[in-house]
Parts: sequence; C-alpha cells; structure tokens
Amino acid sequence: MRKLLFESLFRLPFTEQAPSLNDTAVTELAAAVGHAARRRLGRSLSIREVDAGSCNGCELEIHALNNAYYDVERFGLRFVASPRHADVIMVTGPVTKNMREALERTYDAVPNPKWVVAVGDCARDGGCFAGSYAVVGGVSQVVPVDLHIPGCPPSPVTILQGLLALLDRTAKSAAST
Amino acid sequence: MPSLIDLMLEGRKVQQHGPWPRAIVDASVWTFAASELAHGRWSLLGLWGEPSMVHMSIMDEHTAEIATISLDCPDHSYPSVSKYHPPALRLERTVRDLFGLSAEGLPDTRPWLDHNRWGVRFPLGNRTIALPKASPYAFLPVEGDSLHQIAVGPVHAGIIEPGHFRFTASGETVVRLEQRLGYTHKGIEGLMTGANLERAAQLAGRVSGDSTVAYAFAFSRAAEAALELVVPDRAVWLRALVAELERLANHLGDIGAICNDASFALMHALCSVLRESVLRASHTAFGHRLMRDIVVPGGVTRDLDDEGKKAIQATLDNIRRRFPALVELYDNTASLQDRTVDTGVLKPALAKQYAAGGYVGRASGRSFDARRTLAYPPYDSLRFDVPVLNDGDVNARVWIRVREVEQSLLLIDQILDRLPEGPLGTHAGHRRETREGMAIVEGFRGDVLVWLRLRDGRVERCHMRDPSWFQWPLLEAAIEGNIVADFPLCNKSFNCSYSGQDI
Ligand code: SF4
Repeated sequence: MRKLLFESLFRLPFTEQAPSLNDTAVTELAAAVGHAARRRLGRSLSIREVDAGSCNGCELEIHALNNAYYDVERFGLRFVASPRHADVIMVTGPVTKNMREALERTYDAVPNPKWVVAVGDCARDGGCFAGSYAVVGGVSQVVPVDLHIPGCPPSPVTILQGLLALLDRTAKSAAST
Repeated sequence: MPSLIDLMLEGRKVQQHGPWPRAIVDASVWTFAASELAHGRWSLLGLWGEPSMVHMSIMDEHTAEIATISLDCPDHSYPSVSKYHPPALRLERTVRDLFGLSAEGLPDTRPWLDHNRWGVRFPLGNRTIALPKASPYAFLPVEGDSLHQIAVGPVHAGIIEPGHFRFTASGETVVRLEQRLGYTHKGIEGLMTGANLERAAQLAGRVSGDSTVAYAFAFSRAAEAALELVVPDRAVWLRALVAELERLANHLGDIGAICNDASFALMHALCSVLRESVLRASHTAFGHRLMRDIVVPGGVTRDLDDEGKKAIQATLDNIRRRFPALVELYDNTASLQDRTVDTGVLKPALAKQYAAGGYVGRASGRSFDARRTLAYPPYDSLRFDVPVLNDGDVNARVWIRVREVEQSLLLIDQILDRLPEGPLGTHAGHRRETREGMAIVEGFRGDVLVWLRLRDGRVERCHMRDPSWFQWPLLEAAIEGNIVADFPLCNKSFNCSYSGQDI
C-alpha cells in the first residue's frame, strides 16, 4: 500500500487533455438548451443517471467517464445519487414499458431548471429494440430531451463532448443573465 | 441410474437438431427428469417455451452430456418442474408471462417479467388484452418481532441497471431479500422471431452490454450448429481472442468495483485504468471498445492486423506489470479483507443445486466452465486452468476473478502466438428446411445458452438464457444474515445481469 501510494507521487497522471467540443452536439444543443438555461448554475453540473432499459453497454461507458483517464469531475461534472441533487438527468435505453413510470418519477423529482441528456442509439428512437411490445421507444416519448448523444454505446469521449457542450451553454447563458 | 441417452430413447428424437439431441417426450418422462434434477443427478441448463410447447435442457455434469426434452402442451399447461426443483421457478413464471403456458403445481404463480404494462398478455403466445389494472406486486410475507422493510429501486443510487430489492431487516441484519426484476424487459425474443440472421445476431449482441461478445459468440455457434457450417480456423481463434479480451476487461472492472463497495477507492481507480487500457486496445484492434458486432454466424467481421496485435500486446505487458501489485494490495489490506472474508457466503450445495455458472459457481466449489467442460474450439487446443475455491464468500469471488485474469492473459498469449492464417468467414447460404441448433459459451459471468430454430433463412424461435437466471436467486440466499450495509458488496461480487435476465 505504502509502495503504491509512494509511486503515485512520482508517476505522471493518467488524465488526458480535454477533447474539443463536438460540433453537431453543440448545434443540436444550442436550440434546445437556449430557452431553458436562463438561470445561473455556476460552472458545475450534477448528473443523475437513469437506466431506462438499456443493455448496460451505455452504462459501462458512462462509468468509464469516472476513470482516471477521463476524470470528469475536473470539468465540474458530478454523478449524484439523488435526482433531487441533479441538474441533468442522463437517460439510456429504449425506455421499456416496465421502466416508464420510474423514469417519469425520477424526472419529476429533479428540480428546475433541468436538462435531459439521452445517451445511446436506443435512447434516440428505441434503436434495434424499436417496435417491441415491451418498449416505448426513444426517451423523448416520455420526457423532453435536450441533447442526444449517439452511439452504441457512445465512447466516453463522445459523451464527454456532449456534456462539455451542455456545460458550456449553461455557463454562457448564466453569464448573460 | 438412467443416463441422458435413456431419456432421449424414451422420446421421439427431433431431426436436424445439433449438436446435442432433442426429443419430444410425454408428461411422465418430463416429470421423471424433474425429479432427477431434484435429486441432484442432473443439472438444469434452461427451460423455455413456445406457443404450445415447453423445452427443458439438462446436463449430466459427470459425463458433460447435454440433452433437451420437449413436451407438447395443447391445453396450455404442463407439469411444473420447479415444484420439485426450485431453480426452474423464475423460468416457469416467465414461460407463463410470455406464452401463457401454465405449470401445474407451480409453487409461485405471481408474474415475473410481466408488470402488466405491455398492453398485452402472453405476447409470444396467444395474445390477449392486458388486465384492466396493474395490481400491486405481492411481496412474500415476512413475520416476526421488530422487523422492518427497506425498499430499494428500481432506480438505484449509482450508475447501474434497474431492479427492485425488498429487504426485511431486524436491526441491521437482513432477514430476507426479495428481488423483483423485469424492468429492462425489451421483448428481445419477440423481436428475434422472423428476423434474418444478420439482425438476429445484432440483437443477440445487445442482450447484455458487458457480454456482447459472449452472446454474439453463442448465437453464432447455435446458428452454425443448425446450419452445419464450418467456421474457418482464423475466425475461430479470433473469436476466442475477443472473448478473452471481454473477460479481462470485465474482471478488471469488477475487482475494482467490489473493493470500491468496501470503500477502498484506490483499488477501484487503479483497476479502472487497467480496464480502460483493455478497451482501448480492443478499439485499436477491432474498431469498437466493447467489440460489438465482431462475431457473426459463419465467422468474424474484423481481422487483426499488426497494429492491433501490438496494441493488445502492449496492454498485456502493462497489466502484467501493474496487476500483481494490486493483487498484493488486496491481499495485504486488512481493512478490505475484513469486509470481504466471510461476507455473503454462498454454500456449495446451493451453487450445485442451481448449477451456478461463472465465478459464482467456481467460488463455491462448482468447477463447471464451458470452455473446459464442453471444450468448444479453439479452447480444446489451448492450455488453461479453471480455478475453483470452496469458501463461497465475497473474497473467494474476488480471488476467482483474479485467477481468471491471469488465465486470460495466458490464453491471449497463446492465441496471438498461434493465430492461424486464412479467411475470416464462410457464407451462411440459404436453407429452406427447418433446422435447430444450440450452443453454450462461457461468458465472463458464466455460461450463456442459445437455442434457435431457423427456417428459410429466418429465425423461427430463439431463446437465450443468461447465467444470471441461476445466480440472482442465490444472491437472495447469500445475503441472509449479513448486514444491510454489506449488500452492495455482496451484490457487486455476484454482478448479475439485469438486462440479460430480463431479456
Ligand atoms: S445504445 Fe447500444 S449500448 Fe446503449 S443501450 Fe442501446 S444497445 Fe445498449
């Protein structure tokens, strides 16, 4: 234990440079967030993640955001346990009928102003599960979506680009009020 | 003692079913098989339905023989297996939910995957309109002095899949845990019906995100068994390569995550870095971090080039350099061991009864590993050990993972050394007639079973059974008598799939 801790004093950090903002994500976001992001949030966002029926692939990559390579907390992005602490809910999966109510209730529990980020191809329109008797479809069929991050699953970098775009917008709009 | 062959002789053998036999039997043979399961002479591999038939797949662990028996149910009922053999319980509740076939004598008739939200009942059988109103799910009663209930989920506090846990506790001690799952039910077997092979393989790879390779592998092997396809050698070896990379990434992630749930974050941080390095190498080598859609019926879709090979080798070197120090750290940290040793004990007898696969079974004395026991290629020509422990606690499940990481490193070495040259796939061709196939592949979590029937190039019926079906109920048993605060730790050490069992 001591040896490891000692070593870590000298080793270079694993953390990488922040990626550049993704243009499509920014444009998609600009329209959606523009009207909502009126109030000052400060330069931090608290995220409540909700799996609304995903295969868990998206969760694995969202998890990866917390590893030392990406280390999202340095951008002021934090995953929180309670929807009441959240500014953003990040939703994955083709919302299943069995999860619909839980998603609605989680959304309702998030205080205003709030944003919804749908992560993954399933979250856009149900992906390859669309049309099933057990699936509602995209997240926007259940709660209003501000940003969609595509991929199956999107890589951590792609998710990060989307989140940075969201953060940037909220910070700017906060500054202009 | 009758053998599985005798069981087959009792029934009418189904033609064009490979590689193991399937026979249509009568109710007395069906019930006989159930009682043999109950006596522990055979293990249950799966139980699934069709609109008017049920199937049960059985293994004799001594001989590694496998057979499937099927029973016609023209009047939509069949003798319950779980009446004798509890591991079949959730499967029979599911057969009822999806097909409307009821098991006579079923000890628990509550629905399982059906939360009465689909708008239909028996979606894969004779559909009927849903019940007018969802009645609340009746949790099993628990009685006693000063007990209280704690309800958790379906939305949990972390970034994990949804499910509901109902704890009954006496003070801090868990007296009973009851799970309620089904929240991520996507109706995948329904979507499979009528799909062509390409789409079906894609769906199979999306049953459980962390096992995308294992599922695509199992599905492909089942389809190949049905179509009698011979997969070229290079593809066979590349499949094992991606399967081992997947196992490596998941085990590294799990070891860290278990320690994290024992509040030892340093281990989590360091293991996550190793996991990430595997994902990046996978991306360089195969173009996708989780290696989705790489294994397909007939072969693989991506070849390994020199750059990919180098990336994988560099990652293996890195893990070899860093992992031993982490293992030492785990072994020498008393505060961590204090949480994991003797916590969440799963007794070997239960693991055997439920034919628990993967690290759950192997940490409780059950040595089954499909790679070894069923020796499908290329594992029949690779050297590796199957680690087994008997303690059955969280600690044992950590150690099995540690040993499996080491084994996967050795396996990948051998694969890279001996990777044969040649084509990447063979064409599935078109077969009009009905053909059936089955496969069992060792995923990181345990054995994934896929059974399918193809007709005219399309899937007529496909059933996929996640190892979690037989692991989830064991978690309920393992948590008893532990404190509530140790639940996350126990849960993580099992790491059952929600999406895979909800299907
Ligand atoms: S987008 Fe892909 S990874 Fe995400 S939940 Fe859907 S199938 Fe899984």
